[in-house]
Amino acid sequence: MTDPGPDEPLEHEPSLPPPPRRAELGRLGEAAIASILAARDTYGLFVRSLYYTVRGRREPGAVVRQMYEIGNRSLVFVCIVMGFIGMILVYQGGLQTKRVVPDLSQLGATFLEVLVRDLGASICALMLATRVGAGIAAELGSMAVTEQLDALRLCAADPVDYLVKPRFLASVVMVLVLTVISSSAAYATGMFGAQLFFGINPRTFVNFALVDAVDVATGLTKCIAYGAAIPLISAQAGFAATRGSEGVGTATTHAVVRSSLAVIALDFLISGAFWVAFGDGSE
Amino acid sequence: MPEAATRAPLAALGRAAASVVGLVGQIALLGRQMLSSLRRGQLDRTELVRQLYKMGWQSLPVVAATALFTGGIMVIQAAPIVQRYGAHGLLGWGAGFGTLREIGPLLTALMISGRVGANNTAELGTMAVTEQIDGLRALAIDPFGYLVLPRFLAIIASAFFATVVADALALVGAAYAGSWLLGVEPGLFYSGLTSGLLGFSDVAHGLIKSVVFGGLIALSSCHHGITTQGGAPGVGRSVNATVVTSAAAIFGADYLLSFVIQ
Repeated sequence: MTDPGPDEPLEHEPSLPPPPRRAELGRLGEAAIASILAARDTYGLFVRSLYYTVRGRREPGAVVRQMYEIGNRSLVFVCIVMGFIGMILVYQGGLQTKRVVPDLSQLGATFLEVLVRDLGASICALMLATRVGAGIAAELGSMAVTEQLDALRLCAADPVDYLVKPRFLASVVMVLVLTVISSSAAYATGMFGAQLFFGINPRTFVNFALVDAVDVATGLTKCIAYGAAIPLISAQAGFAATRGSEGVGTATTHAVVRSSLAVIALDFLISGAFWVAFGDGSE
Repeated sequence: MPEAATRAPLAALGRAAASVVGLVGQIALLGRQMLSSLRRGQLDRTELVRQLYKMGWQSLPVVAATALFTGGIMVIQAAPIVQRYGAHGLLGWGAGFGTLREIGPLLTALMISGRVGANNTAELGTMAVTEQIDGLRALAIDPFGYLVLPRFLAIIASAFFATVVADALALVGAAYAGSWLLGVEPGLFYSGLTSGLLGFSDVAHGLIKSVVFGGLIALSSCHHGITTQGGAPGVGRSVNATVVTSAAAIFGADYLLSFVIQ
């Protein structure tokens, strides 16, 4: 009944596991190859969704249903979160500005500029990447593992036309709409916060002086890019789901992480491109 | 009939409010149960190390990529303000305070929630619907000490250390984005960062937040995991619920903490 020590089986084991460094490197390479393949599939979905938008079946009902699912169902969540965010940003920004310049009259104008150009679209899209992305991946993932996608293909119906295109169109429209509504909510709570914490009059706070066409164009470009990226990335993750419920869980995780990462990377690229193209835009 | 039509939305609102309050209560009870089993020292240390490796170490690539981009974004956003006042020395301060106090902990927490929290729920949920948790109880193994508590601690530790790494990498990313886009020397950037406008309190502010965010992610993902019902679709619903609950809790806590800790 002697219990073998933890080291003993190693002496009897002729085959050693591979050296840990190569295992780590191999995992890194596998991850890189997997992400390149996923990017290629997502690009394929993008092209096919665009194709079916022009040439596919006309089914406005499906798009409207997805718009309701993506837009109306997320509205309260996004507005509450953005409302909190607006107040936090004004509070933190005001505190920091006071350390350098005592004059807070430009706080509202600067906040509006940053909100229009970047934060409104990006934070809204991060919220939607978790909510909408997880939803799409879970839905399409369970269809994939229960072979419903194969059934569609068997009926000569392309799942991209039936499932991805409505979500793609709905998301492009609704991300834009939700960004505008929730940014207004953030600005309203920011105005309230400025009055409460720093005694800034709302008339001083509401100042459109710093917002110009370039800022608006940057914000709108971001909205459309995020709106297109989130459903495509999530649909790709859902389609790639295998191995039952565990696979659906993995697909959901992939969808959320990759969509969030895509939002952040697109934010950087679009901000950088507009900065390089137009400078600071305030001249 | 019109009465029913007006009553239905109100009833739905009431049901939603009641379910939110119920969720908060259940999560609070779970937190108390965790604390009491932690005090009694029922913790499987091997499992803790395994979860730390899986949740912390393997999240590093995602966290690092997020942080580098975030630093660049912060610089681009601070750039017009810096150029307007011609204060290039303040770029480090402008990008630094936003990163350290708000964006660093927030984005890291969202990433950890998406990657680790969702995965953890899926795992615990699959165990719950296949009755493996009841199996552990039948073997007289405490599922809290063996399954839940190590994950809880590992998520909090991951959130904390990921935020430390993300802060550092975001500032490096910001410094190089500043030199590339604005022509501000990285040296000038770092001196703006350390010129006295930013103190240790700003770093600590962000790190305290990260611990709280980690706790919230851990609680909501463990709660939704072990209460999963209804087979495979139930696991999907739980994962979805975890992601939404964590995100809402993170932003709510961010709001409260910004006022509570200075």
